[in-house]
Formats: sequence, structure tokens, C-alpha cells
Amino acid sequence: MNRKSRNKRLDKGFSILGIASIAFGLIVLLVLIIDVFLDGSARLSWSFFTSFPSRKPELAGILSAWVGTVWIMAITALIALPLGIGAGIYLEEYAGKNRLTDFIEINIANLAGVPSVIYGLLGLGLFVRYFNLDRSILAGGLTLALLILPVIILSTREALRAVPFSIREASYASGATRWQTVRYQVIPAAFGSIMTGVILAMSRAVGETAPLITIGALTYIAFLPQGLSDPFTVLPIQIFNWVSRPQKGFFANAAAGIIVLLGLTLIMNAAAILLRHHYQKKIRW
Amino acid sequence: MQNPTFEIKAMRASYGAKEVLKGIDINILSNSVTAIIGPSGCGKSTFIRSLNRINDLIPNFHASGDILYRGEDIYSGDVDVVDLRRRIGMVFQKPNPFPKSIYDNIAYVLRVHGFDMREMIDEIVEKSLRKAALWDEVKDNLKQNALTLSGGQQQRLCIARTLAIEPEVLLFDEPCSALDPISTAKVEELIHQLKQNYTIVIVTHNMQQAARVSDHSAFFLMGELIEFGKTQDIFTKPVDARTEAYITGRFG
Repeated sequence: MNRKSRNKRLDKGFSILGIASIAFGLIVLLVLIIDVFLDGSARLSWSFFTSFPSRKPELAGILSAWVGTVWIMAITALIALPLGIGAGIYLEEYAGKNRLTDFIEINIANLAGVPSVIYGLLGLGLFVRYFNLDRSILAGGLTLALLILPVIILSTREALRAVPFSIREASYASGATRWQTVRYQVIPAAFGSIMTGVILAMSRAVGETAPLITIGALTYIAFLPQGLSDPFTVLPIQIFNWVSRPQKGFFANAAAGIIVLLGLTLIMNAAAILLRHHYQKKIRW
Repeated sequence: MQNPTFEIKAMRASYGAKEVLKGIDINILSNSVTAIIGPSGCGKSTFIRSLNRINDLIPNFHASGDILYRGEDIYSGDVDVVDLRRRIGMVFQKPNPFPKSIYDNIAYVLRVHGFDMREMIDEIVEKSLRKAALWDEVKDNLKQNALTLSGGQQQRLCIARTLAIEPEVLLFDEPCSALDPISTAKVEELIHQLKQNYTIVIVTHNMQQAARVSDHSAFFLMGELIEFGKTQDIFTKPVDARTEAYITGRFG
């Protein structure tokens, strides 16, 4: 009797603790968002998106920053997607299980956890200096591609692994080759989860500041990049730059930039969730 | 005497260091149904999964000995495994339709083998579903996802899918273990009809099923073939005491 009521109390206690921790996270986030909106929403206007940065806060905008972000994201996606998804498919479906592949797997998992500033140093040494790409869009895109490559490889493998073995068996047993099985059964079944992983990796890259600052991305650009070899800036760097200014006006600009960046990541994450939901509805094992 | 489809001598199979088949000698005859019976872990699934080399998918699996299919050693280096699996169809324990429409489940295996004419595919889809006694139940819903079918229907779809590419042999690995008695009866009836045209090997846990559908039975125990003969003889006058103990339900 005593033990029963004690278990009940414990059960209740844990659920209260759980609600409290969720509430803590949500409230902090909400306060942050409200605060940012109070500071920045007044600055959100069409001209904020179409103006270059300026010494006068009320004239400054994020044109070069969002265009730079779009460039960098496009390059990052173009490089990281085929390489990451391809490597994931190879490691999961083709490579045998041996010491070498185990070693590679452990290393990829570790690389996914390496702080982003380290990738910035790698990008600086390899792309900016050794390949002489300078502080260009290409160098930035390559650096961010390296950063999210392990994440994409891991999530691709995870997605492929979730496809039931019985599907592969069924395909092989009907005389399909490995490529046919992978191309027509395994990848379609895993497609939603692969794309979800990719979008989440990209939304991580959108917010990265440290590696781009490390490779020398500019903080003040009053022109638009015309090609891969031009210098660039991105949204988080622009925000970082404004936050560090003493004038109150720039502070509002930073808040408005944060709203844009938050909106962007929110849209990407929502797309990932919708995609996952869509494919889960279509495929039930 | 009919010619054997499979001639197997001194077959051994292992997963890593664990040997599960310890020297099997057996001939599987053409156009007859051979049932493989035995308790769990006796190696009967490993045996049947070695015949189309589907077990190659399992890491560390290794088979040795002479495993001749129509006189050809299927484990020799120059065998085209993909073609072998087309000629030796397999139906699995758990129905495993692709997460696609009923139509595409069959169309996929046809496209894999190079069929691309729409009318031809339509025709074979219908023919295979008829052979598998599923056509009348699904003909109006061919675009429906196969996973919405009942377990018994899914299994018959898997049989239809296997028949579509006209294999020479059909392997059934406990095809009814996930099905209810009515679906089981339908699948058994189907096996009975397919016997006319195919060599069939069926692994089963269910001894009544072996007695009902098979011409020959092989009793496996702990990786060895204990007894092999006409089903009637195995079930009425088994030679080995262990076979008798098993079929009368004293263990297993």
C-alpha cells in the first residue's frame, strides 16, 4: 500500500518536473523572440532588404548579407549534397563491413562533432591560402560544405538504415541488381528522411558565423557579388557586426536581421517537418 | 526417376564461426514439392536461403560443398547471381511487398528484367495475379498501396510477383507463418496448383502443412539431414527414431 502510493507520488513528481523543464525552455525562447521583435520589427521594411549597409543605421539594410547568404547556401548545397548523399549511399549499401569502414564511420561521427571554428581554420589554410581562392564565395561555400558533409552522410545512412531489410531481400530475390535495388526501392523509401536530414544540415549552415569569419568574410560590403570569386558577407556576420556597434540604431538593425534569420531557419525546419510528414503518410511499414 | 533440380553434396554453411549446416546430402526432384521440416534452429531456413544465394546479403555468411542447380555449381565464381535469383524465385516468411501500388509491385520486377512495353506489363500483371488467385480481389484497386492489403493478400501478391518473371523453381520460406488459417489454406491450394509447372521447396514449421502439400519431406535436426523420403513414408513409417519423435510431437 505504502509502496503503491509512493510510486504514484514519484510518477506525479516526474511529470511536474518534465512540464517545468519544457516550460523553462519555451518561456526563455518566447522572451527572446518577443524581445527581438520589440527591438527590430520597426526596422523591417522593404528598404531594409534592398539597402546596402551604411554608416547611418536608419539607411542600412541587409541586401549584401541576404544575397551573400543565398550564394553561400547554393554553393554549399551544390557541393555537400551530391558528395554527402553519395558517400552515405556508398557506405551503407555498397561498402562491406570491415575494419576500414568501421574506422571511417567512427571518424565521420567525430567530424560531425568538431567545432565549426576548426572548419574555418581548415578552410583558411586549404581553400583561402593553399588553393588561393582568397576570401571568396567559393572558399566560403566549400568551407561550409565540409562542415555539413559529415552531418549529411550520417543522416543519409540513418535514413537508409531505417528501410526494412525485407524490402532489399524482396528486390534481390526477384533478380534485381544492387543498383536497381538501391535506386528504385531503397532510395525512394528513404527519400523523405534523407531530405529532412539535408534541410536540417543546411539550416545549421545558414546560421554559421565562426568559420566564415575565420576565413576572412567581410563584415561591410556595399556591392553585390557577381561571381564565385567575389568577396561576400552573410546574414549572421552582418548581425554580429551591427551588435558590436555602440549606436542604438544599429542595435535595432541587428534585431531586425535576427528576425529575418530566424524566419529563414524556421521556414527551412518547417519544410523538413512537412516533407517528413508527407513521406511518412505515404509509406507505412 | 525424375532428374534432380538440385544435387547437393556435403553442404556446409556458417555465420562467422557458428556452423549451422553440417554436411547435407540431398537431391531435390523436379516438378515436385519438397518440404523441409525440423525444429527452430535446425538450419532449414539457412538451407533454403542458400539455394538462391539470398543469404549472401548476410555478413559473414559462408557456404561450401557441392550445391548443383541443374548441374551447375551455384557457388562457383562465374555464376551470375542476379540471373540465378531470377530463375529461382523466393517467397519469404513475412510478406514483403514493396511500399508501392499493387500494380507497381509486379511491374517493378518486370522492369528490372527489361520489360518496358506497357501492354505487355499490364498483361503479365493480370496473368500473375490470376495465377496467385488474387486478381478478383484486387482488379479494381491496382493503384492501391500494397501495404493496405491484408497479410494473406500481401503474401499472395508476393507470390504473384515471384511468378511474374517465370522462374524455374519456387522457394517458400515458411510462407504461412504470419497468416491466419483461411489465408494459409489459400496459399496451400496455390502451391498445390503451382506444382504442375514448378519445382517447389517449402520450409515449414507446421507438420500438417508438410503432409498436405509435399511429395517429399526432409527432416533437419541441428544442422544435419536426419531423414529424407516420400512424405507419406516419413509421416507413416519413419526410419529414424528422432524423426518419429519429432513428427509425433514429442519435441520441437
